[in-house]
Amino acid sequence: MFAYLVRRVIGAVVLLFIVTAVTFSIFFMVPKLGGATADDLASRYVGKSAGVEQIHETAVRLGFTDPLYVQYGRFVKGLFVGQEYNYGPATEHCPAPCFGYSFLTQQPVWPDLVDRIPVTASLALGAAVIWLLAGVGTGVVSALKRGSFLDRSLMSVALAGVSLPIFFTGLLSLSIFSYGLGWTAQGGTNPMDASSPWEWAYDLLLPWITLAFLYAAAYARLTRAGMLETMNEDFVRTARAKGLTERTVVVEHGLRSALTPILTIFGLDLGLLLGGAILTETTFSLPGIGQYAVIALRANDLPKVLGVTLVAAFFIVVANLVVDLLYAVVDPRVRIS
Amino acid sequence: MTEPQDLVTPQDTVQRIERGEAFLDVRDLKVHFPTDDGVVKSVDGISFRLERGKTLGIVGESGSGKSVTSLSIMGLHKAGTARISGEVFLDGQDLISASREEVRKLRGKRMAMIFQDPLSAMHPFYTVGHQIIEAYQVHNDVSKQVARKHAVAMLDRVGIPQPDKRVDAYPHQFSGGMRQRAMIAMALSCDPDLLIADEPTTALDVTVQAQILDLIRDLQREFNSAVIIITHDLGVVAELADDIQVMYAGRAIEYSTAEDIFDRPQHPYTWGLLGSMPRIDRERSDRLIPIKGTPPSLINVPPGCPFNPRCNYAHLNGGLSETERPELLDIGNGHQVACHLTPELRKQSWETDIKPKL
Amino acid sequence: MRWNRITTATAVSAAVALSLAACGGNDNSGSGSGSGSGDTAKAEYNSAVTGTYNPSDKKGGTLRMAITEKWDSTDPGDTYYGLSWNLVRNYVRPLMVFKSAPGKQGAEVVPDLAEAAGVPSDDAKTWTYKIRKGVKYEDGTEVTSKDVKYAVARSLDKATLPNGPTYFNDFLLDVPKGYSVYKDKSLAGVAKAIETPDDQTIVFHLNKSFSGFDYFAQLPATAPVPQAKDTGSKYQLHPIATGPYKFESHDPNKGLTLIRNDQYDPASDPNSGRKALPDKITVAYNVNGADIDNRLQAGDLDVDIAGTGVLAETQAKILGNPQLKANADNVPAPRLNFTVFNGEVKPLDNINCRKAILYAADHEGYQRAYGGPVGGDIATNMMPPLVTGAVKFDDYGFEADKNGNVDKAKEALTACGMPTGFSTNIAYRADRPKEKAVAESLQQSLKRVGINLTPKGFPTGDYTKLYAGKPDYAKANSLGLIVYSWGADWPDGFGFLSQIVDSRVIRATGGNTNLGVRIPEVDTLIDQALKETDKAAREKIWVDVDKKVMEQAAVLPGIWAKGLLYRPTTLSNVFVSDSQNMYDYASIGVAQK
Repeated sequence: MFAYLVRRVIGAVVLLFIVTAVTFSIFFMVPKLGGATADDLASRYVGKSAGVEQIHETAVRLGFTDPLYVQYGRFVKGLFVGQEYNYGPATEHCPAPCFGYSFLTQQPVWPDLVDRIPVTASLALGAAVIWLLAGVGTGVVSALKRGSFLDRSLMSVALAGVSLPIFFTGLLSLSIFSYGLGWTAQGGTNPMDASSPWEWAYDLLLPWITLAFLYAAAYARLTRAGMLETMNEDFVRTARAKGLTERTVVVEHGLRSALTPILTIFGLDLGLLLGGAILTETTFSLPGIGQYAVIALRANDLPKVLGVTLVAAFFIVVANLVVDLLYAVVDPRVRIS
Repeated sequence: MTEPQDLVTPQDTVQRIERGEAFLDVRDLKVHFPTDDGVVKSVDGISFRLERGKTLGIVGESGSGKSVTSLSIMGLHKAGTARISGEVFLDGQDLISASREEVRKLRGKRMAMIFQDPLSAMHPFYTVGHQIIEAYQVHNDVSKQVARKHAVAMLDRVGIPQPDKRVDAYPHQFSGGMRQRAMIAMALSCDPDLLIADEPTTALDVTVQAQILDLIRDLQREFNSAVIIITHDLGVVAELADDIQVMYAGRAIEYSTAEDIFDRPQHPYTWGLLGSMPRIDRERSDRLIPIKGTPPSLINVPPGCPFNPRCNYAHLNGGLSETERPELLDIGNGHQVACHLTPELRKQSWETDIKPKL
Repeated sequence: MRWNRITTATAVSAAVALSLAACGGNDNSGSGSGSGSGDTAKAEYNSAVTGTYNPSDKKGGTLRMAITEKWDSTDPGDTYYGLSWNLVRNYVRPLMVFKSAPGKQGAEVVPDLAEAAGVPSDDAKTWTYKIRKGVKYEDGTEVTSKDVKYAVARSLDKATLPNGPTYFNDFLLDVPKGYSVYKDKSLAGVAKAIETPDDQTIVFHLNKSFSGFDYFAQLPATAPVPQAKDTGSKYQLHPIATGPYKFESHDPNKGLTLIRNDQYDPASDPNSGRKALPDKITVAYNVNGADIDNRLQAGDLDVDIAGTGVLAETQAKILGNPQLKANADNVPAPRLNFTVFNGEVKPLDNINCRKAILYAADHEGYQRAYGGPVGGDIATNMMPPLVTGAVKFDDYGFEADKNGNVDKAKEALTACGMPTGFSTNIAYRADRPKEKAVAESLQQSLKRVGINLTPKGFPTGDYTKLYAGKPDYAKANSLGLIVYSWGADWPDGFGFLSQIVDSRVIRATGGNTNLGVRIPEVDTLIDQALKETDKAAREKIWVDVDKKVMEQAAVLPGIWAKGLLYRPTTLSNVFVSDSQNMYDYASIGVAQK
C-alpha cells in the first residue's frame, strides 16, 4: 500500500513536470515556428509606444533571449528554491514555490493563486454537495419509479440541464433572481470578502445552483442507470430475501454499489473544477482560478498560464489519486488485489 | 344440514382444507408476467404441500418455472411486474394476500433462501460477518456484539474454520464452497422454518457439491425445517428429497415421493431428466442421454401437451398430445402425473426402453 | 491611446510629438460637442454628449465602476490607456491637466500642480514651471519640484515601467540609453535634462524646440512621486495620492477602492474643474461583459469604466427600447475605420483600379458592419470631424451613392485597363467579427464590377507584426486590401494622420501602422506641417494631406467611429469632453436624493 502510494506520488510529480514543459513549449515553440523572434514575443509586454530598443530590453528582462531550456530551468528552480526579482528600486526574493512574476503586471503569480483557490474551492465544493445530493437523489427516485410520469419529468429536466450552457443559465438566472427579484447576490461579489458563513453562502448561492444544475443533471442520469443495473443484481435479491427493509435494500445495498462508479467520475469532475470553473467564474465574475486562466490566456501572460496550469493539473492528479484510494476503501475487492 | 360434496372440483378441495393443515401449502399458484410480446406464464397453476422436517425437490430445466415458484413464495417479485394468483399458506398465513411489510418480516425469519451463485448473491462490499449480522439484527433486537457472536457461531456450525477470523473476511476472499456455507449460515441465522435452496450446488465443484448437500441435510435435521431444493439435476435431490415435483412449462407434470420418481417414473420428460443425470458409478460416455430440442416459449406454450414436440411417445396418443393438455392425475399412492400415455404403455416403455440404458 | 493598445503599438517619433504640441490651443475645435447650454436633468438620448446630464454639485455616495479586464496600470508613470488618463486625475495631480468640462472646453490644457502654463525660453528648448505651494501628499508631506523631477525620471525606465508613452525619452536632453532611476539614485543621468533650482521650480531642457510642451506636462507621468516611497513595478498597487482621492485598497486581480484624501485642499486646485463628487469610487476588474451591461441597466453599477461602449447585443436592445435609449449616449471618437490599398500588389499600383474600388464599395454596408449609424458616420475622407482643424469633403460622392456607383467604377476599371475586373485578397483580423463583416461586405459590393476579393483572416496580436503590417509578407501573399482601424492619442491632425500615411514610417521588419500608403507629395506636406508654427496654416496643411491621400485613392475610408455608452440614472453631472471621448471621471457624481 505504501509502495503504491509512493509510486503514485512520484508519477504525479513527473506528470506535473511534463504538463509544465508542454505548456512552456507551446508558449514558446508555436510563435517560433511562425517565425517570431524573442523581440516579437516581448513586444506583447510593452506599452504601445515602445521602440525597438525598449522591446529588446523587455525581451532581456523577461529572459526571452536565453535558450528555451535555460528559461525552463529557471522556472523549475523558482518552484523549488524561489527566485530573485528586480522590481525597480530593489530586488526581492520570491520564496519557493515561486511561479514567477506576471509579464504584464509584474506581480508575483503565487499569491494570486493562493488568493483565488479559496474562491474556486468554495464554488466547486458547494456546488458539488448540491449536485451530489440533488443528482443522486433524483437518479434514485427516477430509477425506483422507472417509467412513471415522475421519472420522465425528472429525466426531461435532467436532459435540459445537461444541454444548457452555463453562460446561458447563469446570465438568465442572474437577471431573474439577482437583478429582477433581488433574492441573490449580484455577479462579481467575492465570497471571500463575506463577513459570515451565511453571507458567504448567500454570495455563492446562485453560482452554486447554476453550476450544480449542469452536473446534477448528468449525475441524475448516471445514478438512474446505475441503480437500474444494481437493483437487478443478485445481492440485492439476497438482501430482500433476508427481510431487510426496502430502505436498507435501496440505500445500503443498491445505492452503495451504484455509487462506486459515480465516485470515480465525481472525483475527476471535482478535480477539474478545482482547477478552475472557467465558464461559471467568468459568467458570475468570480475571482477564482478559472477566471484567472482566462485573464492569463487572453494576455499571453506565461507565468500566470503556467501557474494556472500547474494548479489545475495538481488538482486533477490529486483527485485521481484520491479517487483511486477511495475506490479501495469502498470496494474491498480492489483493496486486496 | 346436507352432507358435504366429495371432491367435486379443485376449488372445493381448497375450501375444504383447513388453513395450516400442512406447514407449507401452495394452492393453484400462478405467476404471470405481462410483457409487450404477450403474457409470460412462468408458473401456471402449481399446488404442493410440505411439512416441517421434510424436503421437497422441484426439478426442471431452466425456464420451467421452478425458480419463479420459489421467488413467489418468498414474495420477491417486484411490485407491479408480476400477476400472482392462488394461495401460499405458511403455517396457516396466506402469503399472497398478506401485505408486503408482513411478508418482509417473515422473510429471513421464518423462510429463508439460498441462491445459486454465492459470489454474486453476496454483497461484494460488505464482510461476510456484516451480512450475517445484518440478517440477524433485522429480526432480532440484539446488540451488534451479540449478533456478531451469533454470526461466528453460525459460521462455525456450517463448518467454516477459524470463524472468528473469517467473520471479517469479504465474500471474494472465500472459496466457492466456503461462500455457499456462509450463504447457508446467513440463511439459517434466524432459524427459519422453511429453507428454499435454489440450485445450491450448481456453481460448485462436484466434491464440494456433496459436502454442501450433506450440510443442508444435517442442518435440516438439526433445525427441523422444511426444505425446498430447486434444481435441474435429479442427482442433487436423489438422496435429499422426500418428495419430488417435476416441472415443465410452468406446470407440474409429475409429483411423488423420491422413491417413486427414481424407481417408477411415469412421464417421458422425467425419463429424460433421469437420462441426463450424471452418475458417479457409470462411465461418462454412456450416462448422459440429453432430452432433444429446447424448452418451449412460455408465451406461446405448444397446444396439447407442452412436451409433445420433444416427446418420443407423443405419436402413440392418436393426436391427443397435440390438442389436449393432460391433467395432473393421481395414479395411486399419491403419485401424480400429467401424461396422455396409458399406464400400460408408460410401464412398458420405462421397463424396456429407458431403464436398461440408465 | 484610447483603444486597443496592440493595434496602435508603435514608437511615436519625435515628429509626432512636435505636431502634437502644435495643437496646443485648440479652442476652436471642430467637435460637434456642445457646451453648458444643453444641460438637462431629464434623461434624453445623447444628454451627456450635447451638454451635462443631471448637473449637480452635491457630494456623497459611492461611484461603482467595472471593467471586463484591467488596463495596463494605475501607476501614473506607467499607463497609456484613455480611461486611465481620465481616472488618474482623481488621485494624482500632474503639472498640467485637461480641463474637466463638457465638449470642446474639455480639450483645453490648464495648470494643475503648476501655478501656470509652462514658460518657454531658449527657442522653446527650455520650459519652466512653478508649482503651487501647499499641495500635499496623502501623508501630509508637501510636494516639491524634486518629486516631479523624480516622477518624470522614473518614467524613463521602460524596462521597469514599460507601458507609458515615450515622449520624455525622445525629447529630454541627453538622457542615457536604457536609463533607469533605480540604478541612478542620485538622478545624475538626468541632471542636464531636468533642473530643480528650488522646491517650487522645475526646468525641463529639450534636445530640440518644442512649442507644445504643455501637452507633455499634462501626461500623468508628471504627477509627483516621492522617491522614498517609489516601489517600482509595485507602485501601481498604491500610488501616493495628491488628488482629491487616495487608494484605500488595490488588488490587481480584483479591483481598487478610492476614498477621499483629507490632505487634498480644493483651494490649491482652482483651474482643473475637478468636482470630486462621490465620497468613494470603486472599480471592479474582470467582470463579465454581459453582466456589466445588465448591471448598468439594473442600476447595480454606475459606469463601465472602459468607456468604449456596450456589447453589440446590448446595443440592439437599447436602441429598440425608447426608455433605455433615453439613458444612452452615442459618443463620437477621433477614430477612423478604413481599408488600405496596398500599392505593391498589382493592379492596385494603378490609381484607376484603386478608384474603381472607391466607387464600387457599398458605404452603407461598411457602416452596417459596425452596427449601422450608431457605430459611426460614413467617412468621406480620413480625418474625423472631431480632430482639430479637420475639414470634411466628399470627392467621390460617397454620400450621394451610399451603396456605390457601379457605372463610375466600371469606367475607372476601363481606364485601368481591366474592364472585366480583377482578383485580389482582403486581409482582416480574424477575431474581430466587425472587420470580418467589412471584408464580406466589400467582397459582395466589388463583385458587382468583377473585382473578386478573397477574405483572409489573421490573428489580431500579430496582424501588423507578421502579416498585414509586414511589407514583404503582404506583397508575397497579395494582400491588396487591408482592413484596419486607427485612433489618435488626442484629437490633432498630425497625431491622427502621420502614422498611417507617412511612407517613411514603414519599416521592412514589420510592426507598421502605415499599411501601404506611399505618396511622395504627402511626405513633403508632412515635413512642411512640422515646420509651420502658425496654427491655422498648419491645420490647413493637414487638410491638404487628407485631400492628397483621397485624390490618390490610397485608402477607402469606412466610418468615423462612435460608441454607445449607457448612462444609468444613478449618475449626476455626466458629460463627455473632447479630450476624453467618454464620461469625464473627474466630474461625474452619484445622484443624491
